[in-house]
Amino acid sequence: MQYNGAAVIAMAGKDCIAIASDRRYGLRNQTIGCEMQKTFQINDTTFVGLTGLMSDAQTLEQKFRFRTNMYRLREERDMSPRVFSNMVSSLLYEKRFGPYFCEPVIAGLENGKPYLCGMDLLGAQVYTDDFILAGDCTEAMYGLCESMYRPDLEPDELFELVSQCLLSGVDRDCLAGWGCTVHVLTPQGVTTRHLKGRMD
Amino acid sequence: MGDSAYSFSLTTFSPSGKLVQIEYALNAVASGSTSLGVKAKNGVVIATEKKLPTCLIDETSMQKVVMLTENIAVVYSGMGPDFRVLCRKGRKAAQQYFRVYREIIPVSMLTRELAAVMQEFTQRGGVRPFGISLLLAGFDHNGPQLYQIDPSGSYFAWKASAIGKHMVNAKTFLEKRYNDELELEDAVHTALLTLKEGFEGAMDHTNIEVGIVSADKKFKVLTPAEIKDYLGEVE
Repeated sequence: MQYNGAAVIAMAGKDCIAIASDRRYGLRNQTIGCEMQKTFQINDTTFVGLTGLMSDAQTLEQKFRFRTNMYRLREERDMSPRVFSNMVSSLLYEKRFGPYFCEPVIAGLENGKPYLCGMDLLGAQVYTDDFILAGDCTEAMYGLCESMYRPDLEPDELFELVSQCLLSGVDRDCLAGWGCTVHVLTPQGVTTRHLKGRMD
Repeated sequence: MGDSAYSFSLTTFSPSGKLVQIEYALNAVASGSTSLGVKAKNGVVIATEKKLPTCLIDETSMQKVVMLTENIAVVYSGMGPDFRVLCRKGRKAAQQYFRVYREIIPVSMLTRELAAVMQEFTQRGGVRPFGISLLLAGFDHNGPQLYQIDPSGSYFAWKASAIGKHMVNAKTFLEKRYNDELELEDAVHTALLTLKEGFEGAMDHTNIEVGIVSADKKFKVLTPAEIKDYLGEVE
């Protein structure tokens, strides 16, 4: 879980959600790249963030895409965030004794209302209605999120809060950082921004 | 089973391009007791004759209208034992879907699963096609739905349909009776009247079976007492 390093935060606002991840790709303390994608858009209402071993994260992302595409072709509709997280959970538990080393964070809008779900590498789900974290600097980020979070934030306020929590959190971590990607999902659409932080 | 000397498929094309085994299966359906389904605005009704070879059989021990999930039920015409097999496969498919998505299976998906099983039994070696047609009634996010699945594995969505012995007459009767504004209560009446039309002998609450799926997405089999009340209303 600490081999590549990652940090993901998802937060709920008023009829919107934000999900953010850092951009570092490293091998232990050596940084290899600084534009790694760790959050993925599944459909118009669902995002997933993947932390842990990045090779497993990429494999999982491909599996998610395969399963959601098949679901869309079969049922002629998109997976809701809740259905998607249940699917992810069962996918992870199928590998109970040889798991993917990934902790997914799922954020989306379920019938227009925020839906947040986190998971361990075996697929045990936790649901929250404020924020959910994953990665290897959760201690630092929990402190920030718990003291700064307020319910019912507007999209732009939520963007500011998520970005500050993530950037400040990863400053306390050698394995994550090098800027971040923030997606804000509202019923109107998605805005994605890449931020620069301490690039060292 | 697949390794025996007779493991080739018995369903083979005739020179004219027909699969006669499937036509024989349809004959088995056509000689089975009549079943029908009617879709209403706020629910679906399925009903069937419960013909017993002798009055010595305890009619309460027989169930032809069967629940697959809490919002989907199925009835058949044709061979009873074949129905049990499909019923078990249907329930299993529904629960497998639920295990992955934690959401009840849509009616169209369950129909497709069952149709796939029936198709497989027209092509695999060592098996014969099912001697039954199914009427599948359900209510999900797409509203009330009624599907018919045939031994060939083809399926159709209906507003109202009938299968079994008197299907031709029952369908003409339903065509005259059906309209899109039907409420569930009216649909039950229509179903009972249609069933009565082709019934040999006296129809009462002990020798038919009726199931309804209502707008609360719940299926239930009507008790003999409830059927009796409905029969009283259509007299």
